[in-house]
Amino acid sequence: MIFTLVFLAVIMATVITWLLRQSLHTQPWDANDPIENRPNRGVIMAEPVKVALLSFIAVVTSLFALFLSAYLMRMQMVDWSPLAEPKLLWLNTGLLVLASIAFQLTRGAVTKGQLLIMKTGLITGGVCTTLFLFGQLVAWQQLNAGGYFISDNPANAFFYVLTALHGIHLLGGMWVWGKITVRVLTSSVDTQSARLSIELCSVYWHYLLLVWIGLFALLLST
Amino acid sequence: MAYVAFADRDHELEHRDPTTFITKYIWSQDHKVIGVQYGITAIIVGLVALVLSGIMRLQLGFPDTFAFITPTNYYQFITMHGMIMVVFLLTALFLGGFGNYLIPLMVGARDMVFPFMNMLSYWLYLVSVIVLLTSFFVPGGPTGAGWTLYPPQAILPGTPGTDWGILLMLGSLAIFIVAFTMGGLNYVTTILQARTRGMTLMRLPLSIWGIFMATILGLLAFPALFVSAVMMTLDKTLGTSFFMPAIISMGEQLDYSGGSPILFQHLFWFFGHPEVYIVALPAFGLVSDILSTNARKAIFGYRMMVWAILAIGGLSFIVWAHHMYVSGMNPYFGFFFATTTLLIAVPTAIKVYNWILTLWQGNIRLNVPMLFAIGFIFTFLHGGLTGIFLGNVVVDLPLSDTYFVVAHFHMVMGVSPILVVFGSIYHWYPKITGRMLNETLGKWHFWCTFLGTYAIYLPMHYLGFLGVPRRYFAMGNTEFMPESAFVLNQSITISALFVGVVQLIFLYNLISSMRNGKKAGSNPWQATTLEWQTPDTPPKHGNWGHDLPEVHRWAYDYSVPGYPDDFIPQNVPENQMLTEHDDVTNDSDSGAIS
Repeated sequence: MIFTLVFLAVIMATVITWLLRQSLHTQPWDANDPIENRPNRGVIMAEPVKVALLSFIAVVTSLFALFLSAYLMRMQMVDWSPLAEPKLLWLNTGLLVLASIAFQLTRGAVTKGQLLIMKTGLITGGVCTTLFLFGQLVAWQQLNAGGYFISDNPANAFFYVLTALHGIHLLGGMWVWGKITVRVLTSSVDTQSARLSIELCSVYWHYLLLVWIGLFALLLST
Repeated sequence: MAYVAFADRDHELEHRDPTTFITKYIWSQDHKVIGVQYGITAIIVGLVALVLSGIMRLQLGFPDTFAFITPTNYYQFITMHGMIMVVFLLTALFLGGFGNYLIPLMVGARDMVFPFMNMLSYWLYLVSVIVLLTSFFVPGGPTGAGWTLYPPQAILPGTPGTDWGILLMLGSLAIFIVAFTMGGLNYVTTILQARTRGMTLMRLPLSIWGIFMATILGLLAFPALFVSAVMMTLDKTLGTSFFMPAIISMGEQLDYSGGSPILFQHLFWFFGHPEVYIVALPAFGLVSDILSTNARKAIFGYRMMVWAILAIGGLSFIVWAHHMYVSGMNPYFGFFFATTTLLIAVPTAIKVYNWILTLWQGNIRLNVPMLFAIGFIFTFLHGGLTGIFLGNVVVDLPLSDTYFVVAHFHMVMGVSPILVVFGSIYHWYPKITGRMLNETLGKWHFWCTFLGTYAIYLPMHYLGFLGVPRRYFAMGNTEFMPESAFVLNQSITISALFVGVVQLIFLYNLISSMRNGKKAGSNPWQATTLEWQTPDTPPKHGNWGHDLPEVHRWAYDYSVPGYPDDFIPQNVPENQMLTEHDDVTNDSDSGAIS
């Protein structure tokens, strides 16, 4: 559980420090403090939906951190036999990196108002992600064919569970991607109205790429 | 681009008013309706759990009397009672119910920032409740694994409900967690981003602080339950061995090997302990506001109260293994967890002292919400002190499997939050319905519940010291127990049934007052917080009419010297007060003294 504890310590420390900073030097009972002195103090200068996404990322990180803690604890038992990861995973990783880059380019194009690059980037990102998900399924197939069944060994079981969980989170992202892509392609929206969704998508994709790299590194090293 | 705070962008908040019955009351996106939906559902499912506890008590008080209570049923009822009360009643009622209703009103917003997601949250919660209750009707019945669902016994034959019950339980929890996450993201974002002008964090009422921190705890801790639910489902259905060790069941070697039941316990309690504070922190917050309002006095040590909430939230993540002393652990770990457990008593005690100091020299109005709030101080203090006993390893080991623990956690986590729930319902019902609850019935309800619960749980401590084991269907060979223990058990059962029946007064009051209650007006308690300053009561869709309120002061300006009224609402500006009361000069920091 050390892993989770460290993660949580960081999150709680951030939250509590931020909240303390809001509260240390205020004397809320002091009525002689007109409203003009404190316009929106304590508001994070971001769209609400960005705050929500960041909070969601904290929740998902907690979820993965707990799984990893379980992984590391379970690994110490005698019956653990390491899994030979399919080589295909390297290709999949590449695809996810490409998707992340595509979203970053899209985000840049939105700021500069380049509609064509934006559309291309969006579609590339989506296609790469779909290929990644498909590749993960193929990797499962290969493992199954190689006789690495889920119930045989905890290492196998963790592999299936962790990849599935990561995939489900990507699917959630793809749902948002689908909505924004349909909107961008079918109607003649200007780049600005799509800005927020694309920004959120790119943050989420970078995050899930990071999660995947972390997972992959852990799987490879154990 | 200059950033415009969310609350200032009024036009974006103009929700389309719902017109039909269905959009208004069923598929509603209004936080007030969703809060009430959450509340009603939680109370209904809580009544089921209350009936279950009555049946359990019948068996314990009068064994061999009721043929319809079999050992199987008993374990199923104990499991469902625990899980429903902790998760589906208390968590849902405090955060889904009061959180939903109060957050936008208290921070001065028109609604949650994501109303649609909020609606989804409620409906998923309802699905999780239905899935849970379905398990009463499947072959084998609900699971009887105990609310902690410890493997390996939870999924092995011999435990009731291992066919369907356990899967429905795990599925229901998973759905609940998704629902909670949707709601929780809403609560956090709304409190952070949708506060009205002038509502700084340190001007928030303590109710909001409690709900805010509890939501953060929930968002970070519920994933642990999710992880354990997923892994146990796989152990059960696909034959993985996350938690299941090599085991012989009914003379047969099973396919499991090498898993660790202790791993499950770690994950479960990593959720389970913060869960205590997910329930307690909103209760702390709500009770602070009720006490301050009815003592006509500023809450004592507001900043300290906020910091105590933060400290409790932070500490609650590093105490979980005190639930596992009896599972065996390295003595140094035991020492560590005992220390952190005792440490958490410091901020908690600060809160208790501050509540008492708030009452000191207050102009106390002993109305029904106040009675419940003061009752809470008693029961919480009581349950908290026995917690200090149990936090020590050497004291916990002999007491852990006795009724002492049952008494402790029911006092601290059952009775105390429920008293706050009752107090809060009496307090906010006038805002929700526009009518007051009946005061006489309320007082009867309070005294019967308060004294009744003491009659239940006080003797249980004594039973625990005698070594009466908890969890047992029947006591078996009990020569070590004196006759008085059995008499006490009967008396406890009678009190429990009495308290259960008394709740009918409350239900009757809730329903009849909706029609016959005295008209409340917009601010019957003369309270300062924003929800009492709405233009309409009950508040209409959008809460604030045309303009959002502006906040000019903290939430606790009660009995400020020099002002004719003994309360100043948060949205009254300084200059307006000065023109109304010219005699007041430079009395600005008088609020600090009161």
